[in-house]
Amino acid sequence: MNQPRVVEVRRQVLKENDLRARRLRERFHAVGVQVISLVSSPGSGKTALLERLLTDMKRKYRVAALVGDLATENDAVRLARSGAPVKQISTGTICHLDARMIEEALTDWRLENFDFLFIENVGNLVCPSSFDLGENLRLVLVSTTEGEDKPLKYPTIFNTADVAVITKMDLADATEFDLKTLVENIHNVRPRMPILQLSARTGRGLDELAEFFVSRRTELGLQAM
Amino acid sequence: MHELSIALSIVDGALEELRRRGATEASTIHLRLGRLAGVDKEALQFSYAVACQETPLAGSRLIIEDVDVAIFCPVCKNERLTNSFPILRCPDCGALAEGVVHGEELEIRAMEIAG
Repeated sequence: MNQPRVVEVRRQVLKENDLRARRLRERFHAVGVQVISLVSSPGSGKTALLERLLTDMKRKYRVAALVGDLATENDAVRLARSGAPVKQISTGTICHLDARMIEEALTDWRLENFDFLFIENVGNLVCPSSFDLGENLRLVLVSTTEGEDKPLKYPTIFNTADVAVITKMDLADATEFDLKTLVENIHNVRPRMPILQLSARTGRGLDELAEFFVSRRTELGLQAM
Repeated sequence: MHELSIALSIVDGALEELRRRGATEASTIHLRLGRLAGVDKEALQFSYAVACQETPLAGSRLIIEDVDVAIFCPVCKNERLTNSFPILRCPDCGALAEGVVHGEELEIRAMEIAG
């Protein structure tokens, strides 16, 4: 056996995931589908928001969704009520989605049939930060019932997301939610991050969110709608 | 606990680097880990030992080198090391960071190999 020796490697640990994500992004771009992922803690309202978005946006656009959970098909069943194509990704014990799971979930879908593809990540504010899914836009959700310091406690996820969405605005008064403090905290962690406010229950802010997605298409180099 | 996924990726990456060099085993992996990478060191060490099992890396050491956080200050127009967390500010003028220059690294820097 040769003498032990030290070799310089300089290899990104998540290189494989990043390569897969890049390939996915190129595929999405080639067929003109805009891919939007949602991350948040469990119970912030990702599924409720998607349920409304799919139902509303389906009237004008071709939409579909992938939804990740450790177990159960409950969320896929809820989202399928919108009539849009929906697929559940069961991660087993894994606390986040990765690019390989997205690739595998998409094998029997024709991406050119969609204008918008939503990906609901596993409810978790830590682990999804490290894994690029090839999405064009990552939304981080914070609900008015969670406390205004979430961005300070979990800054990394705010730094990997593109847009912050404040959900459950219909409960803001009941929970004495302090909008100003949350906005300040978000912008302290991530200066100038776009922030939208909505309520999936009342429908407030949903049209604005859909318009925001559409307006981003040109910027992303996708065909305008 | 995404550290197990990260540890599996370290092992996969290290094994590929071994193959590329025609080597058969490694005694030590040197990892650069940014303080903002969102990876817990203790959980990673534990996961690494598990991820190595039944591979040519079984029993190898993982040495983790911390990478401090450097930001770009929009006021000083320069790179600055900072300890302010979670709000990243310039240590000189207090301005909010415009971007992270260092601190998000998650990289196999070197390996001690044999064979």
